[in-house]
Amino acid sequence: MIKIENLSKTFRTASGDFTALSDVNLTINDGEIFGIIGLSGAGKSTLVRCINYLEIPTSGSVTIDGDELGKLSKKALLKKRQNIGMIFQSFNLLEQRNVLKNVCFPLEIARVPKSTAIKRARELLELVGLSDKEKSYPSQLSGGQKQRVAIARALAAETKYLLCDEATSALDPDTTGSILELMKKINRELGVTIIVITHEMRVIESICDRAAVLDGGTVAEVRTVKELFASPKSDIARKLILPSVNTADEVKDGKRIRIVFDGESSFKPVIANLILTCRTPLNILKAETEDIGGTAHGQIIIQLPDDPEAAERVINYLDENKIQYSETST
Amino acid sequence: MSELLVKLWETGTIQKGIWETVYMTFISAFFSYLIGLPLGILLSVTAKDGIRPIPWLYRIISIAVNIFRSIPFVILMVAMLPVAKLITGTSLGNKAMIVTLVIAAAPYVARMAESSFKEVGGGVIEAAKSMGASDLRIICRVLVPEAKPSLIVGSVISLVTILGYSAMAGTIGGGGLGMIAVSYGYQRFNDDIIWVCVLLTIVIVQIIQETGMLIARKTDKRVR
Repeated sequence: MIKIENLSKTFRTASGDFTALSDVNLTINDGEIFGIIGLSGAGKSTLVRCINYLEIPTSGSVTIDGDELGKLSKKALLKKRQNIGMIFQSFNLLEQRNVLKNVCFPLEIARVPKSTAIKRARELLELVGLSDKEKSYPSQLSGGQKQRVAIARALAAETKYLLCDEATSALDPDTTGSILELMKKINRELGVTIIVITHEMRVIESICDRAAVLDGGTVAEVRTVKELFASPKSDIARKLILPSVNTADEVKDGKRIRIVFDGESSFKPVIANLILTCRTPLNILKAETEDIGGTAHGQIIIQLPDDPEAAERVINYLDENKIQYSETST
Repeated sequence: MSELLVKLWETGTIQKGIWETVYMTFISAFFSYLIGLPLGILLSVTAKDGIRPIPWLYRIISIAVNIFRSIPFVILMVAMLPVAKLITGTSLGNKAMIVTLVIAAAPYVARMAESSFKEVGGGVIEAAKSMGASDLRIICRVLVPEAKPSLIVGSVISLVTILGYSAMAGTIGGGGLGMIAVSYGYQRFNDDIIWVCVLLTIVIVQIIQETGMLIARKTDKRVR
């Protein structure tokens, strides 16, 4: 378990002090995928670096499995870090080492015997699906492959926690999807606790169990992703989650409904069933949905029919089928 | 062609000059790296954005390096002769010259190495830190290996510079092509001897340059 208490971080710069984080309190449970989302400059990267003490907090504490990092000796801190893997937006692989040796690197640091290290590295490369690339050098790999190597490397030592700092931000949507699936698999199969830092809501909705919304160095809200999506409370969360619809004035009349998909089966044709059952055409104003490993995530904004009777049928259908929705004005 | 040039060739003086130039250059380069490389590592590690910033230490080394780098070699060479005598017991000959060459080249090497280490991205170092690597391990396992191709390119530049210095050292008691060009060519008005020395120097520089770059290319895993 990771416990962050009253954590603040102030940077001294030439133009005065800059407070990146102030009074952050978070508890991250073992086995969960925890998201931290915010706009650039919200303090996400600083926060994730405080978790492994790459950045030393100005005040407050970080406690991992009962050990308060600030109270550990230098040596004990280095040892502790060996169990906290980290991946980055820019991958940060060793360019002069091949894939296998990159994955062996943290094991060298942990002084694992070479033959054991190679065996372990091969297992991990198999897990991330890059067994055939062990002799390649990073410059020969695509972005997605580099991130897979980085993930294998981050997991090589007995990793219990994986910190992901904007790990998918440099990747295209397809690759992002496959990396997210891999992260989910790692969480499920190896039981690694994952902390995801991102500015993309899509990342949070597709893999996270809970998420903290960070704004100006403070935590605006911490909730399960399900709740967060259904009814974002803080202004910043609403801004990040609720899509804005820009349409012509003609369609601005009429009520709009936001339907939230948070993990039901992708195979269920929700909107089509809705239309067929209610026998009324519906106008879809915006749709952002995505299929992550067979479940649907995202949201659709529909305009209710002008005929009040038809509109009621739609609402009833949504209620009866327990489909999450809310009325929206944006 | 002057008779002297033929005589110098037949007696093997020119061949010996080539050997002395190459030998002085490489031995001096070796010792320059022995001193300069650790200094370069210290400079990059203790710098403000280094692995372990130690501002006062960085300033001391940096200023010392700058002082030696700002003295023109001809002056430094003469000024360092007493030091050479202290170390080798003589202020004449190739051994003494190697000492002065090393004193002049080591700070140069330190700066070259520092810039090579600067090229290693902060990202990989941060990644190594996140894995719990100690500073020493980061230096040995990340900084130096990742900077290797750039260090090799730097060493080619340093070698050529040292070769140039070694020719100057020929004027105050060193051997090599510089000495032949000055004492047999310039002082006895044999232009052809000067030109032969120039030509030979060009050939040596070309060989060093091309071989060095070839090695750098072969060791660099970034480009294919």
